[in-house]
Amino acid sequence: MAATIGKLDSANLNGGQKLAVKYFITAMVLFGAQVLFGLISGLQYLKPDLFYEVLDFNVNRMVHINAMIVWLLYGFLGSVYWILEDEAQHEVVGLKLGNLIFWVLTAAVAVVVLVFLFVQVGPGKESSIWLINEGREYIEAPRWADIGIVVSVLTFFYNVAATFSKGRYTGIGGVLLLDLLALFGIYLAGMFYTTNISIDQYWWWWVIHLWVEATWEVMVACTMAYALMKVLGVRRKIVEIWLYIEVALMFGSGILGIGHHYFWIGTPEYWFTIGGFFSALEPIPLVAMVVHAIFDAGANKIKNSNHPTMAWLIAHAFGNFFGAGVWGFMHTLPQINLYTHGTQWSASHGHFAFFGAYATINIAYFYIAMQQWRGKVWMAGDQIGNGWKWKWSIGLLNLGMVGMVMAMLVSGYVQSQIERAIEGSTWAGYFAAQAHPWFVQGMWWREIFGVMFAVGFVLLVWDLMTVGKHETRSMVEAKSAE
Amino acid sequence: MATNQWWASESFWRKTAIWVTGGSLIVLILLTVDTLPQIAAGSKRVPAYSTINFRIEYKYDDSRHAQVPVIGMKEPLFGKELSEQDAEALVKLGKLTTQSKNCMNCHTLLGNGAYYAPDLTKSWLDPNWGTKELREDQMVEFIKNPSDKLHNSMGRRMPKLGVTDEEARGVVAFLKWMSSIDTNGFPYNFKPIEQED
Repeated sequence: MAATIGKLDSANLNGGQKLAVKYFITAMVLFGAQVLFGLISGLQYLKPDLFYEVLDFNVNRMVHINAMIVWLLYGFLGSVYWILEDEAQHEVVGLKLGNLIFWVLTAAVAVVVLVFLFVQVGPGKESSIWLINEGREYIEAPRWADIGIVVSVLTFFYNVAATFSKGRYTGIGGVLLLDLLALFGIYLAGMFYTTNISIDQYWWWWVIHLWVEATWEVMVACTMAYALMKVLGVRRKIVEIWLYIEVALMFGSGILGIGHHYFWIGTPEYWFTIGGFFSALEPIPLVAMVVHAIFDAGANKIKNSNHPTMAWLIAHAFGNFFGAGVWGFMHTLPQINLYTHGTQWSASHGHFAFFGAYATINIAYFYIAMQQWRGKVWMAGDQIGNGWKWKWSIGLLNLGMVGMVMAMLVSGYVQSQIERAIEGSTWAGYFAAQAHPWFVQGMWWREIFGVMFAVGFVLLVWDLMTVGKHETRSMVEAKSAE
Repeated sequence: MATNQWWASESFWRKTAIWVTGGSLIVLILLTVDTLPQIAAGSKRVPAYSTINFRIEYKYDDSRHAQVPVIGMKEPLFGKELSEQDAEALVKLGKLTTQSKNCMNCHTLLGNGAYYAPDLTKSWLDPNWGTKELREDQMVEFIKNPSDKLHNSMGRRMPKLGVTDEEARGVVAFLKWMSSIDTNGFPYNFKPIEQED
């Protein structure tokens, strides 16, 4: 079924991949929304009257972080559908249902965003939590949407489980399936109301932490393993052994690493030791992943079939290590966290980690998808125009992100010093830090690098739409250098 | 190179992954079982909702090397002593209001949330409210109509969120109750409103 090289043709995709690209396109739209609302929120630090009482900081910031959660999840769901038929050697079971659920879920996301933007807040009743906004950071989606999400992911889980069962279970497939079960199961821990804020935050961290520092990491370890096989031609046995090692290290450190969120929310003091110890171990699997990726790339002499994807996979390995590992460890020990908890340090770490660990690998998959969609087109070296668009966009996105991260870290130092250590976190202490010229300077640099990031994003969209368009050469499949 | 060593076999690492994951999860569940009763409302660390009937202070404890909440003499919120049930209802109204008004995407509570506005963990004890006599009414008034109040030198202001009088009182009750939670000395070096010695 070799279609014309370079032409966008859905005949080039298998059933799961056709569904995957829908998830990918929606993910990119939401990524754009994340960038836009991030820029507005950042600007409000500098110009507080901007959109005051029209589109306040809390609304913009909520859309900023929720768009992120949803686009990253869409990227993951898409990536799983992308690899599913190839991994299981069987077509996706229940694909029609999967398609229907995609539209239902996307419609629900659209309604939630519109309500966030135009209704914004409700009265202090449980009905507000059910219909408008749950008011808990990252999982603000109202309860009706939670239920919709649960139904959607159950369907998704059925698609994946049934496909592997009817086809074959690989190591990647087995890990993926168990990880999905955990990922979706944990979401239930965030679906109840309680007046006791200590209990509230205890379970809230089960969702947030056990997602981003455990199940999401294993999810991208799976997609990374598949990508290394496809792009570099690494042998399955090698990636699967590494995957098991990473799962052991990731869950071994990450599950009890949740303790670093239990220092200050009312929970007993023994969490200091547990949280400090296990979160100190959390960077280890991330080092292992860097070693794995770089070793495999070196062993294959970096000869690969898709240069933009390979570049983003390398960005993922380093971004995950620095953003999640180093930046997380920097302020995770309770003796330091006492001063940094809830300051711009957290924002610096959050930006670096989510981008480094998750945005990068999703973008890598977008390039894998475009290559296939255009009929397995050539995307290695000597691309048309020397591949300037992908090179500039990866440069601007990474430099923009690192610039934002550094700027927020400077502000974070000022804040933890002045507000926390000296002034003791009072109202006056908070604003003494926020008004300090060093802090303000950090916020300006954050916005400037944010604009750089946005330019990189626009270039990324343009490149994804055009990469391989006028190419006449076919992709050369990556071969293992055994 | 021999590839059949135990440390290079898939089955060894698969089993390791399963045992490590299962073991960690079991430990987390056991710790959760131990922690939850210790943070139930009415426990030593997280006092009952009726604590809003009492004076709350934040004092340095020599043995713990940290400030801890100290519950003192009767000092009912809004001058009216509430039963445990009524106190819980009022705090619940306040907590629901903080959620439905999306406070957490500007403020932090127990240090968690967004960083655009001050942390609320000990806001009940903040010297910004002037004197203890004025505090309750100032807080209610501020929450209801923040737009035209003085916030800071930078022009950053809280928006008017349509909070009713009853909801604002609930929020103040919630904030007072939250300040009584033992947060292991967070925030550090906090300088509270006038206290008894």
